[in-house]
Amino acid sequence: MSRPRPGRDDSPDRLYTLTGGRSRAGSDAFDLVTLVVAESDPVPGMQSEHASILRMCRFPTAVVEVAAGLGLPVSITRILLADLHDTGRISARHPRASYRLPDHDILEQVLVGLRNL
Amino acid sequence: MDSVTSEQRQTLHSTADNGLKIVVVGGFGVGKTTLVRSVSEIRPLNTEETMTQAGEGVDDTGGVAAKTATTVAFDFGRISLDAHNVLYLFGAPGQERFWFLWDRLFSGTLGAVVLVDTRRLADSWYAIDRLEHHGTPFVVACNDFGGPVHTAGQIREALDLADEVPLVFCDARSRESSKQVLITLVEHLQSVVAQDPTPQPIPEPAP
Ligand SMILES: Nc1nc2c(ncn2[C@@H]2O[C@H](COP(=O)(O)OP(=O)(O)OP(=O)(O)O)[C@@H](O)[C@H]2O)c(=O)[nH]1
Ligand SMILES: [Mg+2]
Repeated sequence: MSRPRPGRDDSPDRLYTLTGGRSRAGSDAFDLVTLVVAESDPVPGMQSEHASILRMCRFPTAVVEVAAGLGLPVSITRILLADLHDTGRISARHPRASYRLPDHDILEQVLVGLRNL
Repeated sequence: MDSVTSEQRQTLHSTADNGLKIVVVGGFGVGKTTLVRSVSEIRPLNTEETMTQAGEGVDDTGGVAAKTATTVAFDFGRISLDAHNVLYLFGAPGQERFWFLWDRLFSGTLGAVVLVDTRRLADSWYAIDRLEHHGTPFVVACNDFGGPVHTAGQIREALDLADEVPLVFCDARSRESSKQVLITLVEHLQSVVAQDPTPQPIPEPAP
């Protein structure tokens, strides 16, 4: 509650610079809960946001968690993730697609998990 | 004070591979963040999604239509269910002016909890409308703010709730009570799935 909302103080110019002004279709593949895993370590000279993502994702980390950790809007985060994905520096574990309703097995697993809380 | 501290874990299991979503939606100050915090293994985090909408019409110069950007802040928590499944809970504002973003933000969600304060039932009308329209299964949870006591029947009537939609009373500050709300939702989802006779189309492969 006390933390300022992320992205608030970022001028559009700064956000533009981060992404080189691109908006890209490939970034739509990243759902809010796609789990991202780093496949390599940061290297010197890398854009600092890219390096931060690689450090954050040594263990699986959801796109929203990456966005919150970077303090950047999800839309910008998706573009940065797509860059890293294109160069093989991260892998993405997408949510298992369900068309309209979740399947019975998944619901059973969720229920068991919740009851064990 | 913070009963979940001992169970907090900062990182997921390396085997985690399936993110799941549940949305908690409701009016201002109805206890969305409190409920998320009660069951989350991490302190709720917040972030925002920016939506860019093409403006209506194209300007005279034939250039790109004006775009308007709208920003919606939301918070979220996390529950590791088992070695593979991780449930993310999103607290989202339910006001009409944010709602056009809902489809985009929460597509693929398992279901929703509509949190209501019985002193301000009308605040949840819009959220319920949209969920029904969108076909997202939901439960209604009345958060106890110590207001005048209403019966479930009175609340159902005021919200014009369909009979099959579960209505529960909760205290969002309680982990046990909040957990029970989520269990009620998942049990409801099971009955919805069991009743749905339409075969599941093969989902499109992820791009
Ligand atoms: N008495 C009582 N107070 C509660 C309960 N749940 C939440 N509160 C209090 O209500 C206030 C608002 O709760 P929040 O969880 O911040 O509500 P919210 O829906 O996230 O609010 P916004 O995000 O600002 O719309 C806080 O001071 C909570 O401590 C409850 O079950 N009973
Ligand atoms: Mg809140």
